[in-house]
Amino acid sequence: MRIAELVMAVVMAVFSVYLMWKSAELPIGWLPGEGPGGGAFPFWLSLGMLVCCVAIILRWVAKASPLSQSTVPYMTPETVKRFLLVAGSLTAMIALIHVIGVYGAVPLFLVFYVRFLGRHSWTKAGALAACTPVAMFFFFEIALTKTLPKGFTEPLFYPLYDIFL
Amino acid sequence: MEVFALLIDGFVIAFQPLNLMMVIAGVVVGLFIGAMPGLGSVNGVAILLPLTFLVPPTSAIIFLAAIYYGAMYGGAISSIMLGIPGASTAVATTFDGRPLALKGLADKALVAAATASFVGGTISIVLFTLFALPLAEVALAFGPPETFALMVLAFATFVGLGGDDILKTLFSIFIGLVFSTVGLDIISGQPRLIFGDLTGFYHGINFLVLAIGIYGIGEMLWTIEVSQGEVLMSKATVSFRRVFDNLKELWFSARTMVMGSFLGYFVGILPAAGATPGSLIAYGVAKTMAKDPETYGKGNVDGVVAPEAANNAASTGSMLPMLTLGIPGSPTTAVLLGGMVIWGLEPGPLVFVDHPDFVWGLIASLYVANLFALLINISFIPAFIWVLKLPFTILAPIIFVLCVIGGYVPTQDMHDVWLMLIFGVVGYLMRKLDYPMAPAVLAIVLGPLAEPALRQSLIGSQGDVMIFFERPISGTIMVFAIFFLVLPLAKVAKNRRKRRDSR
Repeated sequence: MRIAELVMAVVMAVFSVYLMWKSAELPIGWLPGEGPGGGAFPFWLSLGMLVCCVAIILRWVAKASPLSQSTVPYMTPETVKRFLLVAGSLTAMIALIHVIGVYGAVPLFLVFYVRFLGRHSWTKAGALAACTPVAMFFFFEIALTKTLPKGFTEPLFYPLYDIFL
Repeated sequence: MEVFALLIDGFVIAFQPLNLMMVIAGVVVGLFIGAMPGLGSVNGVAILLPLTFLVPPTSAIIFLAAIYYGAMYGGAISSIMLGIPGASTAVATTFDGRPLALKGLADKALVAAATASFVGGTISIVLFTLFALPLAEVALAFGPPETFALMVLAFATFVGLGGDDILKTLFSIFIGLVFSTVGLDIISGQPRLIFGDLTGFYHGINFLVLAIGIYGIGEMLWTIEVSQGEVLMSKATVSFRRVFDNLKELWFSARTMVMGSFLGYFVGILPAAGATPGSLIAYGVAKTMAKDPETYGKGNVDGVVAPEAANNAASTGSMLPMLTLGIPGSPTTAVLLGGMVIWGLEPGPLVFVDHPDFVWGLIASLYVANLFALLINISFIPAFIWVLKLPFTILAPIIFVLCVIGGYVPTQDMHDVWLMLIFGVVGYLMRKLDYPMAPAVLAIVLGPLAEPALRQSLIGSQGDVMIFFERPISGTIMVFAIFFLVLPLAKVAKNRRKRRDSR
């Protein structure tokens, strides 16, 4: 926890500086006749972020907060493994949406999660992977008329559109 | 009595078949979401908001408010049966609910929780109905300085009452506000904070992206981590006779119920406070006032009644400032407020003038939702217990999929889905280090309202910040805000003195 507290504060401090620099692309001071410039609000708020981060770092150096003295690990190896598997499969699903669309990526994700992470039967995983896309299609595409990304599978859906829309 | 006429109009809207269906559906969904450990009203409302584009705004908010309501009832179920709070708002319910369940009196605790929720809900809706119009009328006189002062007050209460690390709370507020400024500058129209020149940033960061990221993905990652290991489920015997007997015994808890309701309502009105602190405070007060405080924590029914009455009352209470002032009283109402903006309704007192059917339809639907929540809750207790047995490894991927689609639908841009994933993961990593996330969500919702208010005020006063202090209403609000900001400093000083004295 101790190291993580410092790393997070430093990373966020750097991010605040980046935000300040980025805000300063627009005027950050007072424009006569116009009021505060467009960059003023984000600039001064980012400065506020930076001040908070610096204070957190100083507090860490002085060991003045519970986390800066904590010896509890930030993540146990077991947690890291679980986190990477879950966040990794989620990232993979989102990346796959670009290629094979939601109707390809979502069933794959569900099968992976339910069968391999959850260790449920193939029947359960298969049923979930089969029903979810159908429900999604009818709810979003037909009822809400919001097209979901389909990647290269797009042409496969033309006949369905003809039937339902 | 203008209020009654308006309320009756509201009932006409609430009883329209579609809206009635929305109430029932919302209550059922809310009960399930509340009952599932790890998911509370805010998660449900954030994840399901994109699905409500199907129906008109009035029906949509009725559905979401019913979820909010149902989740308050549902939270008690897992607190009692598993000893794990179904939502943070039901933490206090575990203190006595769990011991009761372990003694084999789970049904007694469940009925007490449902009844107390009903009483808390009803009292608070009546208070809400009475206060809404006068408060909205006062708020109609508000100009930009007052609006900005109110926002400052909302953030100040997070610092003063939030109970989290002050530096990290401030950081969370600032970062939320900065994210709200991404996109086109509202006054000059120039692009601002377009990271990496990605076109996706031109339409700004939709609050839903942050809300679903944090309350959907982040929350699931968090729950997956903390829910390792098996939990012991209590048994509940439910029969009509037992329910009836339990209801009769609850008469002795009436005083606690009323106390919890009033307390919860007024705590709920405060921004940042909301249902969780409301229920904890009510539990504390009930224990202090009790003749037998030593039985608390060992299975006293009053220990279930007080927090459950309070959390329902607080959820209604937190809708009061959201509707009348445009300032959310809790993270869930912050998401609802963001929803109102998406539906094209300007939050604030003008809603009462411009869209009375929306406001009064919502208020009337709360009465209806409350009644349905009670009936459904008591009659379907076995069904909710079944939900608790649903393995998390089936639930989690479905919620992840809902999050991804929910993040995509409002803007139909994959850019937002990636952003949501980043917010979810970073939010989870930060939450592990005690960075509170609710202030950031509140800030990203309020930012687009706070910045123009600030800039218009400053243009009006030609740069003189005293404008916020010189006008009577905004001045008073600012004094309160400063009080809340200074409060933690006073606490620190007191603790130091104590430590020095004890040495």
